[in-house]
Amino acid sequence: MAKTSSHKVDPNAGDSAHAISSQSTADPDSPQITNLLNIPIDFFEFMDEIAIGVAILRLDRKIVVMNQTLKALTGFNQGNLFGVACSHILRSNVCLQSCPLLEPDEDFSPKCNDGNLINRDRQLVPIRITSAPLRSLSGKIVGFIETVEDIRLLRKPDETTLHAHKFNNIIGSSPEMEKIFQILPSLAQSDSSVLITGETGTGKDMMAEAIHQLSSRAKGPFVKINCGALPETLLESELFGHRKGAFTGAIENRPGRFRLAHNGTLHLTEIGDLPLALQVKLLTFLDDREVFPIGSGKAVAVDVRIVAATNRNLEQRARDKQFRKDLLFRLNVIRLHLPPLRDRKGDIQLLVDHFLNSLSSQLGKQRPTISREASKILMAYHYPGNVRELKNIVEYAVNICADGEIEPGHLPFYLMESSNGGVPVGVPEAASSLTFKTVEGGGPTANSSQDWPTIEKQMILDALVRTGGRKNKAAAALGWARSTLYRKMKHYEIH
Amino acid sequence: MATKVLIPLHENDVAPRFDLATEVLIVIGDGKAGSREKKTVVLPRASAEQLCHFIITEGIQTVICNGIEDDYYQYLTWKRIEVIDSVIGSIAVALLRLIDGTLKAGDIL
Repeated sequence: MAKTSSHKVDPNAGDSAHAISSQSTADPDSPQITNLLNIPIDFFEFMDEIAIGVAILRLDRKIVVMNQTLKALTGFNQGNLFGVACSHILRSNVCLQSCPLLEPDEDFSPKCNDGNLINRDRQLVPIRITSAPLRSLSGKIVGFIETVEDIRLLRKPDETTLHAHKFNNIIGSSPEMEKIFQILPSLAQSDSSVLITGETGTGKDMMAEAIHQLSSRAKGPFVKINCGALPETLLESELFGHRKGAFTGAIENRPGRFRLAHNGTLHLTEIGDLPLALQVKLLTFLDDREVFPIGSGKAVAVDVRIVAATNRNLEQRARDKQFRKDLLFRLNVIRLHLPPLRDRKGDIQLLVDHFLNSLSSQLGKQRPTISREASKILMAYHYPGNVRELKNIVEYAVNICADGEIEPGHLPFYLMESSNGGVPVGVPEAASSLTFKTVEGGGPTANSSQDWPTIEKQMILDALVRTGGRKNKAAAALGWARSTLYRKMKHYEIH
Repeated sequence: MATKVLIPLHENDVAPRFDLATEVLIVIGDGKAGSREKKTVVLPRASAEQLCHFIITEGIQTVICNGIEDDYYQYLTWKRIEVIDSVIGSIAVALLRLIDGTLKAGDIL
């Protein structure tokens, strides 16, 4: 962070009631506000207490200081941001398309713009930026102050939210999902810890975000961390923060995710993979609501709601001594289990429709329809990757389909392999007697009694006949690269 | 082996946003410093979809960018393109670090 001298507003500012001075008590590096209260107050702590994002910029629009709320919103909570151009950190369309600070004149007044930013989690977040000048005592503009507000909650409902079977981006009309939708609002309003369980791809992260958005903490930050993604030592520093000099390479104080989530929600994904040593620290937090940054003996009180998620069986891990029972009991205040997609087959069609709408609009394509045969294959599949896998399948089909109707040939091949090979568990009997048309429809039909190589060979021949032997077009119709078609033609000895 | 790198540009820096970049730098190199060919391409308009399409058709192997939406990141990585995102700084330093093998996502150069 910048040295104190960098933060002085004006050489004469010591006389001002709002001066930031270098008079120091505890941390000589930290600027202070004097003459405001009886005793000087720490400027950084003052900034961090503000619940909306605030950045102070130099005249050249480079960052002097950013508060924790803005760091949490942008996801840039580590590294030295001093002197970095504001547009590179905010990554907002406002900065790039209509920056109000480009050529400010002396009459420059505060300006408010709605836009969006892309955070470190690669999410597009709608924001409202207010930019105002910072003036010296003589009235000269010496810098700028920007406030950045997350306006996800203020957005008007649009076609993506107006859905009869939709709850905060989670879609479902099956009895299992309806039951969850019913309890979600009251569950969100309580401030208890939540444990979300479910297989991979069932929407645990979305559920955690929905709980945050529906809670009284919605205006606060929603901070997510994957407990399985980092080595133990890094994870400890990431979660609880560290003091400058706590270990080799700790060149600055770092707040940690708990402090970044102050007044908001901390979402701990893959909690089942949290190392045992850190489970104790988490337990301490759940008991005392305080965290100890590495290298600091001073406890920091934080007001954070924990929403944990895992696809592991925590009871089993507790029996295997890999997860502390006492932590499980504390996290397990409210437990939400998301059913796998194969147990809510009724939602598949709804989800397919939703993904067809959203993906075709994202990819700038006309929304394709889905043929009965393709629909049957989708209904019959067992989805080990759950909703995420279904989304990927629909995305693949939307990309491949060129003629406005998704046919079985536009679906990934492994779906048909499992439909024909009888691999999936719980596939309805109807699926095993599946008959589907080959690519482009209308051609000779392949029956499930044939093995996959025969069907594939027939599909290739069919595509070649339809395209008059033009291999480029046949490959496109099959959704393959030309090299794949050549390889398969060689394999099946088609000349 | 020849490598093809694309960097969305904003003046001399890595563009803050992948979807709002109107200019890209393409660097073709053989992995050694000094033997590189560079070209700047001005795009007809800023569009993440069109830029993804351009990356695929140009046969790019590595993309260095700053802010990129997850959909496009996932799409490019699914297409086996290495995406080093959240890189802040000048393209010259970013390229040097790439050649050194020290460039990683989130670097502030």
